[in-house]
Amino acid sequence: MPEPKSLRVAYGEALVELGATNGKMVVLDADLAHATMTSMFEAKYPERFFNFGLAEANMMCAAAGFAHSGFVPFASTFALFGTGRAYEQIRNSISYVNANVKFGLSHSGLSVGEDGGSHQSIEDIALMRVLPGMTILVPCDPIETRKAVFAAAAIDGPVYIRVARPIVENITTESTPFVPGEACVLREGGDICIAATGLMVKEALKAAELLAALGIKAAVVNFHTIKPFDSKRVLDMAKGCGAIVTVEEHSVIGGLGSAVAEVLAGNSSAKFERIGIQDRFGKSGKPADLFAEYGLTAANICSRCEALLGRGVG
Amino acid sequence: MDNASLTQKARQLRRDILKMLYLCQSGHPGGSLSSLEILMALYYKVAKTDSRKPRWEDRDRIVLSKGHACPALYAVLADRGFFPREDLWRLRQIDSHLQGHPDMNKTPGIDASTGSLGQGISIAVGMALAAKTRKAGYRVFCVIGDGEAQEGLVWEAAMAAAHYKLDNLVVLMDHNGLQIDGPNDQVMGLGDIAAKFAAFGLETRRADGHDIDSIAGALGSGHAGKPLFVQCETVKGKGVSFMEDNPGWHGKPMNDKEYAAAIAQLGGTVDA
Repeated sequence: MPEPKSLRVAYGEALVELGATNGKMVVLDADLAHATMTSMFEAKYPERFFNFGLAEANMMCAAAGFAHSGFVPFASTFALFGTGRAYEQIRNSISYVNANVKFGLSHSGLSVGEDGGSHQSIEDIALMRVLPGMTILVPCDPIETRKAVFAAAAIDGPVYIRVARPIVENITTESTPFVPGEACVLREGGDICIAATGLMVKEALKAAELLAALGIKAAVVNFHTIKPFDSKRVLDMAKGCGAIVTVEEHSVIGGLGSAVAEVLAGNSSAKFERIGIQDRFGKSGKPADLFAEYGLTAANICSRCEALLGRGVG
Repeated sequence: MDNASLTQKARQLRRDILKMLYLCQSGHPGGSLSSLEILMALYYKVAKTDSRKPRWEDRDRIVLSKGHACPALYAVLADRGFFPREDLWRLRQIDSHLQGHPDMNKTPGIDASTGSLGQGISIAVGMALAAKTRKAGYRVFCVIGDGEAQEGLVWEAAMAAAHYKLDNLVVLMDHNGLQIDGPNDQVMGLGDIAAKFAAFGLETRRADGHDIDSIAGALGSGHAGKPLFVQCETVKGKGVSFMEDNPGWHGKPMNDKEYAAAIAQLGGTVDA
Protein backbone atom coordinates (compact mmCIF):
# COMPACT_ATOMS: atom_id res chain seq x y z
CA MET A 1 0.00 0.00 0.00
CA PRO A 2 1.39 3.47 -0.90
CA GLU A 3 2.74 5.38 2.08
CA PRO A 4 0.61 7.82 4.11
CA LYS A 5 0.91 11.41 3.02
CA SER A 6 -0.87 14.70 3.21
CA LEU A 7 -3.60 15.16 0.65
CA ARG A 8 -1.96 18.45 -0.33
CA VAL A 9 1.23 16.56 -1.21
CA ALA A 10 -0.83 14.08 -3.20
CA TYR A 11 -2.45 17.08 -4.91
CA GLY A 12 0.92 18.62 -5.78
CA GLU A 13 2.23 15.33 -7.11
CA ALA A 14 -0.87 14.80 -9.21
CA LEU A 15 -0.52 18.28 -10.73
CA VAL A 16 3.06 17.46 -11.74
CA GLU A 17 1.99 14.13 -13.21
CA LEU A 18 -0.91 15.66 -15.12
CA GLY A 19 1.28 18.51 -16.34
CA ALA A 20 3.51 16.06 -18.16
CA THR A 21 0.76 15.02 -20.55
CA ASN A 22 -1.58 18.01 -20.48
CA GLY A 23 0.19 20.95 -22.11
CA LYS A 24 -2.89 23.15 -21.68
CA MET A 25 -2.62 22.96 -17.94
CA VAL A 26 -1.46 25.98 -15.93
CA VAL A 27 -1.28 26.34 -12.15
CA LEU A 28 -2.07 29.50 -10.22
CA ASP A 29 -1.50 30.24 -6.56
CA ALA A 30 -1.86 33.15 -4.16
CA ASP A 31 1.32 33.13 -2.11
CA LEU A 32 0.64 29.74 -0.57
CA ALA A 33 2.44 27.54 -3.07
CA HIS A 34 4.48 25.88 -0.35
CA ALA A 35 1.37 25.18 1.69
CA THR A 36 -0.96 24.03 -1.09
CA MET A 37 2.04 22.21 -2.62
CA THR A 38 1.61 23.76 -6.05
CA SER A 39 5.29 24.58 -5.51
CA MET A 40 5.96 21.07 -6.83
CA PHE A 41 4.44 22.05 -10.16
CA GLU A 42 6.28 25.36 -10.09
CA ALA A 43 9.59 23.55 -9.68
CA LYS A 44 8.89 21.30 -12.66
CA TYR A 45 7.04 23.68 -14.98
CA PRO A 46 7.94 27.25 -14.00
CA GLU A 47 6.70 28.63 -17.33
CA ARG A 48 3.20 27.33 -16.58
CA PHE A 49 3.02 28.48 -12.97
CA PHE A 50 1.74 31.91 -11.94
CA ASN A 51 1.81 33.38 -8.48
CA PHE A 52 -0.74 36.12 -7.96
CA GLY A 53 0.42 37.14 -4.54
CA LEU A 54 -2.11 37.75 -1.80
CA ALA A 55 -4.91 38.48 -4.23
CA GLU A 56 -7.28 35.54 -4.36
CA ALA A 57 -10.06 37.41 -6.13
CA ASN A 58 -7.72 38.43 -8.94
CA MET A 59 -6.35 34.89 -9.18
CA MET A 60 -9.82 33.42 -9.68
CA CYS A 61 -10.81 35.89 -12.42
CA ALA A 62 -7.41 35.52 -14.09
CA ALA A 63 -8.00 31.76 -14.03
CA ALA A 64 -11.22 32.43 -15.93
CA GLY A 65 -9.22 34.47 -18.44
CA PHE A 66 -6.86 31.51 -18.91
CA ALA A 67 -9.83 29.16 -19.37
CA HIS A 68 -11.41 31.53 -21.91
CA SER A 69 -8.11 31.31 -23.80
CA GLY A 70 -8.12 27.52 -24.04
CA PHE A 71 -6.04 26.65 -20.99
CA VAL A 72 -6.99 24.34 -18.11
CA PRO A 73 -6.10 26.35 -15.02
CA PHE A 74 -5.79 24.85 -11.55
CA ALA A 75 -6.00 27.65 -8.98
CA SER A 76 -5.01 26.99 -5.39
CA THR A 77 -5.06 28.71 -2.04
CA PHE A 78 -6.65 27.81 1.30
CA ALA A 79 -10.25 26.64 1.07
CA LEU A 80 -11.48 29.51 3.21
CA PHE A 81 -9.95 32.23 1.02
CA GLY A 82 -10.73 30.53 -2.28
CA THR A 83 -14.39 29.82 -1.65
CA GLY A 84 -14.92 32.67 0.79
CA ARG A 85 -12.96 35.77 -0.16
CA ALA A 86 -13.19 35.01 -3.88
CA TYR A 87 -16.74 33.68 -3.74
CA GLU A 88 -18.30 36.17 -6.07
CA GLN A 89 -15.44 35.88 -8.54
CA ILE A 90 -16.05 32.13 -8.66
CA ARG A 91 -19.79 32.74 -8.88
CA ASN A 92 -19.82 35.26 -11.71
CA SER A 93 -16.61 34.80 -13.66
CA ILE A 94 -16.29 31.01 -13.39
CA SER A 95 -19.49 29.19 -12.44
CA TYR A 96 -21.98 31.50 -14.18
CA VAL A 97 -20.13 31.09 -17.48
CA ASN A 98 -19.15 27.44 -16.93
CA ALA A 99 -15.48 28.38 -17.28
CA ASN A 100 -13.16 25.39 -17.34
CA VAL A 101 -11.40 26.31 -14.10
CA LYS A 102 -10.35 23.83 -11.41
CA PHE A 103 -9.62 24.94 -7.90
CA GLY A 104 -7.86 22.61 -5.54
CA LEU A 105 -8.16 24.36 -2.20
CA SER A 106 -6.24 23.05 0.75
CA HIS A 107 -6.37 23.39 4.52
CA SER A 108 -10.08 22.69 4.55
CA GLY A 109 -12.03 21.88 7.70
CA LEU A 110 -11.03 21.70 11.35
CA SER A 111 -7.95 19.60 10.56
CA VAL A 112 -6.00 22.79 9.85
CA GLY A 113 -5.68 22.61 13.61
CA GLU A 114 -3.59 25.16 15.42
CA ASP A 115 -4.21 28.07 13.02
CA GLY A 116 -7.68 28.24 14.51
CA GLY A 117 -11.20 29.20 13.54
CA SER A 118 -10.23 32.10 11.27
CA HIS A 119 -8.51 29.62 8.94
CA GLN A 120 -10.77 26.58 9.29
CA SER A 121 -13.26 26.47 6.42
CA ILE A 122 -16.40 24.76 7.63
CA GLU A 123 -18.73 26.32 5.04
CA ASP A 124 -16.87 25.92 1.74
CA ILE A 125 -18.93 22.97 0.52
CA ALA A 126 -22.13 24.87 1.26
CA LEU A 127 -20.90 27.90 -0.68
CA MET A 128 -19.93 25.87 -3.72
CA ARG A 129 -22.94 23.56 -3.61
CA VAL A 130 -25.44 26.31 -4.40
CA LEU A 131 -23.66 27.17 -7.67
CA PRO A 132 -25.30 25.58 -10.73
CA GLY A 133 -22.92 23.43 -12.76
CA MET A 134 -20.25 23.23 -10.07
CA THR A 135 -18.60 19.87 -9.40
CA ILE A 136 -17.39 19.29 -5.83
CA LEU A 137 -14.89 16.51 -5.14
CA VAL A 138 -13.83 15.67 -1.58
CA PRO A 139 -11.11 13.03 -1.64
CA CYS A 140 -10.61 10.88 1.45
CA ASP A 141 -7.01 9.78 0.98
CA PRO A 142 -3.90 10.32 -1.18
CA ILE A 143 -4.94 7.81 -3.83
CA GLU A 144 -8.34 9.41 -4.21
CA THR A 145 -6.78 12.89 -4.34
CA ARG A 146 -4.78 11.89 -7.39
CA LYS A 147 -7.90 10.46 -9.01
CA ALA A 148 -9.80 13.65 -8.23
CA VAL A 149 -7.18 15.79 -10.00
CA PHE A 150 -7.30 13.64 -13.13
CA ALA A 151 -11.11 13.46 -13.03
CA ALA A 152 -11.32 17.24 -12.66
CA ALA A 153 -9.17 17.76 -15.75
CA ALA A 154 -11.49 15.47 -17.72
CA ILE A 155 -14.60 17.48 -16.78
CA ASP A 156 -15.54 20.44 -18.99
CA GLY A 157 -16.47 23.06 -16.41
CA PRO A 158 -15.63 24.27 -12.93
CA VAL A 159 -14.48 21.74 -10.34
CA TYR A 160 -13.74 22.33 -6.67
CA ILE A 161 -11.38 19.80 -5.09
CA ARG A 162 -11.45 20.02 -1.31
CA VAL A 163 -7.97 19.18 -0.03
CA ALA A 164 -7.16 18.43 3.60
CA ARG A 165 -3.85 19.09 5.30
CA PRO A 166 -3.15 16.12 7.65
CA ILE A 167 -0.99 13.17 6.72
CA VAL A 168 -3.38 10.26 6.23
CA GLU A 169 -3.21 6.62 5.29
CA ASN A 170 -4.75 5.27 2.17
CA ILE A 171 -8.07 3.56 2.73
CA THR A 172 -8.87 3.09 -0.93
CA THR A 173 -6.75 1.38 -3.54
CA GLU A 174 -5.84 2.16 -7.13
CA SER A 175 -8.65 -0.15 -8.22
CA THR A 176 -11.37 1.39 -6.04
CA PRO A 177 -13.88 2.96 -8.44
CA PHE A 178 -13.80 6.77 -8.60
CA VAL A 179 -16.50 8.11 -10.85
CA PRO A 180 -17.51 11.72 -10.13
CA GLY A 181 -21.15 11.73 -9.09
CA GLU A 182 -21.23 8.09 -8.05
CA ALA A 183 -20.89 7.40 -4.34
CA CYS A 184 -18.79 4.36 -3.58
CA VAL A 185 -19.83 1.59 -1.17
CA LEU A 186 -16.75 0.67 0.89
CA ARG A 187 -18.50 -1.68 3.29
CA GLU A 188 -21.79 -3.52 3.11
CA GLY A 189 -24.20 -3.71 6.04
CA GLY A 190 -27.97 -3.88 6.46
CA ASP A 191 -28.68 -2.25 9.85
CA ILE A 192 -27.50 1.28 9.29
CA CYS A 193 -25.64 3.23 6.62
CA ILE A 194 -22.89 5.71 7.38
CA ALA A 195 -22.47 8.21 4.57
CA ALA A 196 -19.13 9.98 4.89
CA THR A 197 -16.93 12.34 2.95
CA GLY A 198 -13.27 13.36 3.06
CA LEU A 199 -11.27 12.53 6.17
CA MET A 200 -14.44 11.25 7.86
CA VAL A 201 -14.55 8.20 5.60
CA LYS A 202 -11.77 6.63 7.61
CA GLU A 203 -13.59 7.39 10.89
CA ALA A 204 -16.75 5.90 9.43
CA LEU A 205 -14.94 2.67 8.57
CA LYS A 206 -13.52 2.51 12.10
CA ALA A 207 -16.99 3.19 13.52
CA ALA A 208 -18.38 0.33 11.43
CA GLU A 209 -15.83 -1.98 13.10
CA LEU A 210 -16.90 -0.79 16.54
CA LEU A 211 -20.53 -1.33 15.61
CA ALA A 212 -19.78 -4.80 14.29
CA ALA A 213 -18.42 -5.72 17.72
CA LEU A 214 -21.81 -4.68 19.08
CA GLY A 215 -23.63 -6.81 16.56
CA ILE A 216 -24.70 -3.92 14.35
CA LYS A 217 -24.01 -4.27 10.64
CA ALA A 218 -23.15 -0.82 9.29
CA ALA A 219 -22.60 0.00 5.64
CA VAL A 220 -20.10 2.73 4.78
CA VAL A 221 -20.53 4.80 1.64
CA ASN A 222 -17.88 7.23 0.48
CA PHE A 223 -19.43 10.39 -0.95
CA HIS A 224 -16.29 11.67 -2.65
CA THR A 225 -18.56 13.80 -4.83
CA ILE A 226 -20.93 16.25 -3.18
CA LYS A 227 -22.07 17.68 -6.50
CA PRO A 228 -23.49 16.32 -8.72
CA PHE A 229 -25.04 14.42 -5.85
CA ASP A 230 -25.75 10.70 -5.98
CA SER A 231 -29.39 10.92 -4.89
CA LYS A 232 -30.14 7.42 -6.10
CA ARG A 233 -27.54 5.97 -3.77
CA VAL A 234 -29.11 7.83 -0.84
CA LEU A 235 -32.54 6.42 -1.60
CA ASP A 236 -31.09 2.93 -2.03
CA MET A 237 -29.36 3.29 1.35
CA ALA A 238 -32.59 4.45 2.98
CA LYS A 239 -34.47 1.52 1.54
CA GLY A 240 -31.80 -1.03 2.34
CA CYS A 241 -30.93 0.04 5.89
CA GLY A 242 -33.76 2.23 7.11
CA ALA A 243 -31.29 4.40 8.99
CA ILE A 244 -28.66 6.83 7.70
CA VAL A 245 -25.98 8.80 9.48
CA THR A 246 -23.92 11.41 7.63
CA VAL A 247 -20.43 12.39 8.75
CA GLU A 248 -18.45 15.36 7.47
CA GLU A 249 -15.67 17.71 8.53
CA HIS A 250 -17.91 20.64 7.66
CA SER A 251 -20.94 22.42 9.04
CA VAL A 252 -24.01 20.22 9.16
CA ILE A 253 -25.68 23.12 7.36
CA GLY A 254 -25.20 23.04 3.62
CA GLY A 255 -22.85 20.09 3.23
CA LEU A 256 -23.24 16.33 2.89
CA GLY A 257 -25.79 16.12 5.70
CA SER A 258 -27.96 18.73 4.06
CA ALA A 259 -27.63 17.10 0.66
CA VAL A 260 -28.80 13.76 2.08
CA ALA A 261 -31.62 15.43 4.03
CA GLU A 262 -32.82 17.14 0.85
CA VAL A 263 -33.04 13.77 -0.87
CA LEU A 264 -34.76 12.02 2.04
CA ALA A 265 -37.33 14.72 2.79
CA GLY A 266 -40.65 13.60 1.40
CA ASN A 267 -39.14 10.46 -0.11
CA SER A 268 -38.22 8.31 2.84
CA SER A 269 -39.09 7.70 6.45
CA ALA A 270 -35.62 6.38 7.22
CA LYS A 271 -34.12 7.36 10.54
CA PHE A 272 -31.56 10.09 9.99
CA GLU A 273 -28.78 11.84 11.87
CA ARG A 274 -26.16 14.40 10.80
CA ILE A 275 -22.72 14.37 12.36
CA GLY A 276 -20.55 17.36 11.58
CA ILE A 277 -19.84 20.80 12.97
CA GLN A 278 -23.01 21.87 14.74
CA ASP A 279 -23.41 25.49 13.62
CA ARG A 280 -20.35 26.81 15.40
CA PHE A 281 -16.87 27.97 14.39
CA GLY A 282 -13.67 26.07 14.90
CA LYS A 283 -10.79 27.02 17.18
CA SER A 284 -7.12 26.30 17.75
CA GLY A 285 -6.02 22.87 18.82
CA LYS A 286 -4.44 19.68 17.57
CA PRO A 287 -6.57 18.13 14.84
CA ALA A 288 -7.21 15.00 16.91
CA ASP A 289 -8.30 17.10 19.90
CA LEU A 290 -10.59 19.16 17.69
CA PHE A 291 -12.10 16.05 16.14
CA ALA A 292 -12.76 14.70 19.64
CA GLU A 293 -14.39 17.91 20.84
CA TYR A 294 -16.53 18.34 17.74
CA GLY A 295 -17.61 14.70 17.65
CA LEU A 296 -15.78 13.76 14.49
CA THR A 297 -14.50 10.45 15.83
CA ALA A 298 -15.27 6.80 15.27
CA ALA A 299 -16.39 6.49 18.89
CA ASN A 300 -18.93 9.29 18.54
CA ILE A 301 -20.15 8.02 15.18
CA CYS A 302 -20.62 4.61 16.78
CA SER A 303 -22.60 5.93 19.71
CA ARG A 304 -24.76 8.17 17.49
CA CYS A 305 -25.55 5.15 15.33
CA GLU A 306 -26.50 3.13 18.39
CA ALA A 307 -28.73 5.92 19.63
CA LEU A 308 -30.41 6.29 16.27
CA LEU A 309 -31.20 2.60 16.28
CA GLY A 310 -32.53 2.86 19.82
CA ARG A 311 -29.75 0.79 21.29
CA GLY A 312 -27.06 1.53 23.82
CA VAL A 313 -27.14 4.67 25.90
CA GLY A 314 -26.77 7.10 23.00
CA MET B 1 -14.26 54.25 -42.81
CA ASP B 2 -13.47 58.00 -42.97
CA ASN B 3 -14.06 60.36 -40.09
CA ALA B 4 -17.24 61.91 -41.50
CA SER B 5 -18.73 58.45 -41.93
CA LEU B 6 -17.69 57.47 -38.41
CA THR B 7 -19.35 60.57 -37.01
CA GLN B 8 -22.55 59.66 -38.86
CA LYS B 9 -22.15 56.08 -37.66
CA ALA B 10 -21.83 57.23 -34.06
CA ARG B 11 -25.11 59.14 -34.33
CA GLN B 12 -26.86 56.10 -35.76
CA LEU B 13 -25.45 53.82 -33.06
CA ARG B 14 -26.54 56.29 -30.36
CA ARG B 15 -30.05 56.11 -31.78
CA ASP B 16 -29.83 52.30 -31.71
CA ILE B 17 -28.72 52.39 -28.08
CA LEU B 18 -31.62 54.63 -27.10
CA LYS B 19 -34.14 52.55 -29.03
CA MET B 20 -32.96 49.37 -27.29
CA LEU B 21 -33.21 51.01 -23.90
CA TYR B 22 -36.56 52.64 -24.64
CA LEU B 23 -38.07 49.37 -25.82
CA CYS B 24 -37.01 47.39 -22.75
CA GLN B 25 -37.69 50.25 -20.32
CA SER B 26 -34.58 49.41 -18.31
CA GLY B 27 -30.80 49.45 -18.70
CA HIS B 28 -28.11 52.11 -18.56
CA PRO B 29 -28.14 55.02 -21.02
CA GLY B 30 -25.51 57.29 -19.39
CA GLY B 31 -22.52 54.96 -19.50
CA SER B 32 -23.55 53.42 -22.82
CA LEU B 33 -23.47 56.82 -24.49
CA SER B 34 -20.17 57.78 -22.86
CA SER B 35 -18.34 54.62 -23.89
CA LEU B 36 -19.48 54.43 -27.52
CA GLU B 37 -16.48 56.04 -29.22
CA ILE B 38 -14.08 53.96 -27.12
CA LEU B 39 -15.73 50.82 -28.45
CA MET B 40 -15.87 52.23 -31.97
CA ALA B 41 -12.14 53.02 -31.88
CA LEU B 42 -11.54 49.37 -31.02
CA TYR B 43 -14.00 47.69 -33.39
CA TYR B 44 -13.67 50.06 -36.37
CA LYS B 45 -10.02 51.12 -36.17
CA VAL B 46 -7.66 49.21 -33.94
CA ALA B 47 -8.64 45.71 -32.88
CA LYS B 48 -8.37 42.63 -35.09
CA THR B 49 -11.80 40.99 -35.04
CA ASP B 50 -13.81 39.07 -37.63
CA SER B 51 -17.57 38.73 -37.30
CA ARG B 52 -17.50 35.64 -39.53
CA LYS B 53 -15.15 33.96 -37.04
CA PRO B 54 -16.11 35.41 -33.64
CA ARG B 55 -13.97 32.80 -31.82
CA TRP B 56 -10.98 33.15 -34.14
CA GLU B 57 -8.06 32.13 -31.98
CA ASP B 58 -5.73 34.98 -32.88
CA ARG B 59 -8.28 37.78 -32.65
CA ASP B 60 -7.71 40.66 -30.31
CA ARG B 61 -9.83 40.26 -27.18
CA ILE B 62 -12.17 43.01 -26.06
CA VAL B 63 -13.53 42.88 -22.53
CA LEU B 64 -16.17 45.40 -21.51
CA SER B 65 -15.49 45.32 -17.79
CA LYS B 66 -18.12 48.00 -17.21
CA GLY B 67 -20.65 45.50 -18.48
CA HIS B 68 -23.67 47.71 -17.83
CA ALA B 69 -22.63 49.75 -20.87
CA CYS B 70 -23.36 46.73 -23.08
CA PRO B 71 -26.07 48.46 -25.17
CA ALA B 72 -23.19 50.36 -26.81
CA LEU B 73 -21.28 47.12 -27.33
CA TYR B 74 -24.35 45.36 -28.74
CA ALA B 75 -25.03 48.22 -31.16
CA VAL B 76 -21.42 48.09 -32.36
CA LEU B 77 -21.34 44.30 -32.66
CA ALA B 78 -24.60 44.27 -34.64
CA ASP B 79 -23.26 46.95 -36.96
CA ARG B 80 -20.06 44.96 -37.44
CA GLY B 81 -22.14 41.93 -38.43
CA PHE B 82 -21.78 39.68 -35.41
CA PHE B 83 -25.57 39.27 -35.27
CA PRO B 84 -28.63 40.87 -36.94
CA ARG B 85 -29.49 44.45 -36.00
CA GLU B 86 -33.09 43.37 -35.36
CA ASP B 87 -31.84 41.39 -32.33
CA LEU B 88 -31.14 44.71 -30.62
CA TRP B 89 -34.83 45.44 -30.18
CA ARG B 90 -35.17 42.34 -27.97
CA LEU B 91 -32.57 43.50 -25.42
CA ARG B 92 -33.25 42.07 -21.95
CA GLN B 93 -36.27 40.05 -23.11
CA ILE B 94 -36.82 36.46 -22.02
CA ASP B 95 -36.08 34.98 -25.47
CA SER B 96 -33.14 37.24 -26.32
CA HIS B 97 -29.43 36.40 -26.42
CA LEU B 98 -28.80 40.01 -25.41
CA GLN B 99 -28.62 39.84 -21.64
CA GLY B 100 -28.73 42.79 -19.27
CA HIS B 101 -24.97 42.35 -18.93
CA PRO B 102 -22.67 40.74 -21.55
CA ASP B 103 -22.80 36.95 -21.81
CA MET B 104 -20.01 35.23 -23.74
CA ASN B 105 -22.03 32.02 -24.03
CA LYS B 106 -25.10 33.65 -25.56
CA THR B 107 -23.93 36.52 -27.74
CA PRO B 108 -21.46 36.14 -30.63
CA GLY B 109 -18.50 38.48 -30.31
CA ILE B 110 -18.52 38.75 -26.52
CA ASP B 111 -15.11 37.61 -25.24
CA ALA B 112 -15.92 37.64 -21.52
CA SER B 113 -19.07 37.73 -19.43
CA THR B 114 -18.92 40.81 -17.26
CA GLY B 115 -21.09 43.09 -15.21
CA SER B 116 -19.86 42.49 -11.70
CA LEU B 117 -17.51 45.45 -11.60
CA GLY B 118 -13.80 44.84 -11.29
CA GLN B 119 -13.92 41.31 -12.60
CA GLY B 120 -13.53 42.11 -16.30
CA ILE B 121 -10.11 43.72 -15.94
CA SER B 122 -8.99 40.76 -13.87
CA ILE B 123 -10.22 38.33 -16.54
CA ALA B 124 -8.40 40.46 -19.12
CA VAL B 125 -5.17 40.06 -17.14
CA GLY B 126 -5.65 36.28 -17.30
CA MET B 127 -6.25 36.48 -21.05
CA ALA B 128 -3.15 38.61 -21.61
CA LEU B 129 -1.06 36.24 -19.49
CA ALA B 130 -2.51 33.31 -21.44
CA ALA B 131 -1.50 35.00 -24.71
CA LYS B 132 2.05 35.48 -23.40
CA THR B 133 2.16 31.85 -22.29
CA ARG B 134 1.04 30.73 -25.74
CA LYS B 135 3.43 33.20 -27.34
CA ALA B 136 0.46 34.51 -29.31
CA GLY B 137 0.57 38.01 -30.72
CA TYR B 138 -2.93 39.27 -30.03
CA ARG B 139 -3.76 42.14 -27.70
CA VAL B 140 -6.35 42.32 -24.97
CA PHE B 141 -8.37 45.53 -24.67
CA CYS B 142 -10.37 46.15 -21.54
CA VAL B 143 -12.82 49.00 -20.99
CA ILE B 144 -13.40 49.97 -17.38
CA GLY B 145 -15.44 52.68 -15.73
CA ASP B 146 -14.18 55.31 -13.31
CA GLY B 147 -16.54 54.35 -10.50
CA GLU B 148 -15.41 50.78 -11.15
CA ALA B 149 -11.90 51.78 -10.09
CA GLN B 150 -13.22 51.98 -6.54
CA GLU B 151 -13.24 48.18 -6.58
CA GLY B 152 -10.09 46.80 -4.97
CA LEU B 153 -9.99 44.05 -7.58
CA VAL B 154 -9.08 46.65 -10.23
CA TRP B 155 -5.87 47.36 -8.34
CA GLU B 156 -5.09 43.70 -7.76
CA ALA B 157 -5.39 43.32 -11.53
CA ALA B 158 -3.22 46.38 -12.20
CA MET B 159 -0.54 45.05 -9.85
CA ALA B 160 -0.50 41.67 -11.61
CA ALA B 161 -0.52 43.26 -15.08
CA ALA B 162 2.59 45.26 -14.27
CA HIS B 163 4.26 42.38 -12.43
CA TYR B 164 3.90 40.11 -15.44
CA LYS B 165 4.88 42.93 -17.86
CA LEU B 166 1.70 42.49 -19.87
CA ASP B 167 2.43 44.90 -22.71
CA ASN B 168 -0.26 43.10 -24.71
CA LEU B 169 -2.89 44.50 -22.32
CA VAL B 170 -4.59 47.86 -22.80
CA VAL B 171 -6.97 49.23 -20.19
CA LEU B 172 -9.18 52.06 -21.42
CA MET B 173 -11.08 54.02 -18.81
CA ASP B 174 -14.37 55.65 -19.71
CA HIS B 175 -13.77 58.64 -17.47
CA ASN B 176 -17.08 60.47 -17.32
CA GLY B 177 -16.69 61.42 -13.68
CA LEU B 178 -20.09 60.17 -12.57
CA GLN B 179 -21.48 57.06 -10.94
CA ILE B 180 -24.96 56.04 -9.73
CA ASP B 181 -24.92 57.98 -6.49
CA GLY B 182 -23.31 61.10 -7.95
CA PRO B 183 -19.92 62.50 -8.98
CA ASN B 184 -16.96 60.20 -8.23
CA ASP B 185 -15.42 62.92 -6.10
CA GLN B 186 -18.46 63.03 -3.82
CA VAL B 187 -19.10 59.29 -3.62
CA MET B 188 -15.51 58.14 -3.15
CA GLY B 189 -12.79 60.32 -4.57
CA LEU B 190 -10.40 58.59 -6.95
CA GLY B 191 -7.78 61.33 -6.97
CA ASP B 192 -5.40 61.33 -9.92
CA ILE B 193 -6.39 58.01 -11.51
CA ALA B 194 -3.70 58.01 -14.20
CA ALA B 195 -1.06 58.73 -11.56
CA LYS B 196 -2.33 55.79 -9.53
CA PHE B 197 -2.06 53.45 -12.54
CA ALA B 198 1.39 54.86 -13.29
CA ALA B 199 2.40 54.16 -9.70
CA PHE B 200 1.26 50.58 -10.17
CA GLY B 201 3.64 50.34 -13.13
CA LEU B 202 1.44 50.94 -16.15
CA GLU B 203 2.25 53.23 -19.05
CA THR B 204 -0.42 55.93 -18.96
CA ARG B 205 -1.86 58.07 -21.72
CA ARG B 206 -4.87 60.34 -22.16
CA ALA B 207 -7.36 60.68 -24.96
CA ASP B 208 -10.50 62.57 -25.88
CA GLY B 209 -12.98 59.78 -25.29
CA HIS B 210 -15.38 61.05 -27.93
CA ASP B 211 -12.73 61.47 -30.64
CA ILE B 212 -12.08 58.13 -32.31
CA ASP B 213 -8.78 59.29 -33.80
CA SER B 214 -7.61 60.53 -30.43
CA ILE B 215 -8.44 57.18 -28.80
CA ALA B 216 -6.94 55.13 -31.63
CA GLY B 217 -3.84 57.31 -31.58
CA ALA B 218 -3.31 56.56 -27.91
CA LEU B 219 -3.35 52.81 -28.51
CA GLY B 220 -0.12 52.67 -30.50
CA SER B 221 3.00 50.81 -29.47
CA GLY B 222 5.82 52.26 -27.41
CA HIS B 223 4.95 50.65 -24.11
CA ALA B 224 7.18 47.59 -24.33
CA GLY B 225 7.31 45.70 -21.06
CA LYS B 226 4.41 47.62 -19.56
CA PRO B 227 0.63 47.36 -19.77
CA LEU B 228 -1.01 50.49 -21.15
CA PHE B 229 -3.66 52.57 -19.39
CA VAL B 230 -5.56 55.16 -21.41
CA GLN B 231 -7.72 57.64 -19.56
CA CYS B 232 -10.45 58.56 -22.02
CA GLU B 233 -12.20 61.78 -21.05
CA THR B 234 -15.89 61.38 -21.74
CA VAL B 235 -19.28 62.88 -20.98
CA LYS B 236 -21.88 60.66 -19.38
CA GLY B 237 -25.02 60.62 -21.53
CA LYS B 238 -23.04 62.10 -24.47
CA GLY B 239 -25.19 63.29 -27.37
CA VAL B 240 -28.46 63.85 -25.52
CA SER B 241 -28.55 67.28 -23.89
CA PHE B 242 -30.71 66.39 -20.92
CA MET B 243 -28.71 63.25 -20.15
CA GLU B 244 -25.25 64.80 -20.42
CA ASP B 245 -23.38 65.05 -17.14
CA ASN B 246 -26.45 63.97 -15.24
CA PRO B 247 -25.97 60.99 -12.90
CA GLY B 248 -29.75 60.61 -12.81
CA TRP B 249 -29.51 58.99 -16.26
CA HIS B 250 -27.20 56.21 -15.10
CA GLY B 251 -29.97 53.66 -15.19
CA LYS B 252 -33.27 55.38 -15.83
CA PRO B 253 -35.82 54.41 -18.48
CA MET B 254 -37.02 57.07 -20.93
CA ASN B 255 -40.67 57.97 -21.28
CA ASP B 256 -42.19 58.55 -24.75
CA LYS B 257 -41.49 62.27 -24.71
CA GLU B 258 -37.90 61.90 -23.54
CA TYR B 259 -37.23 59.23 -26.12
CA ALA B 260 -38.63 61.33 -28.96
CA ALA B 261 -36.60 64.34 -27.85
CA ALA B 262 -33.40 62.29 -27.57
CA ILE B 263 -33.82 60.73 -30.99
CA ALA B 264 -34.59 64.11 -32.54
CA GLN B 265 -31.38 65.54 -31.09
CA LEU B 266 -29.49 62.72 -32.79
CA GLY B 267 -31.03 63.51 -36.15
CA GLY B 268 -33.55 60.69 -36.26
CA THR B 269 -37.23 59.99 -35.91
CA VAL B 270 -38.73 57.51 -33.51
CA ASP B 271 -39.99 55.23 -36.29
CA ALA B 272 -36.61 54.81 -37.99
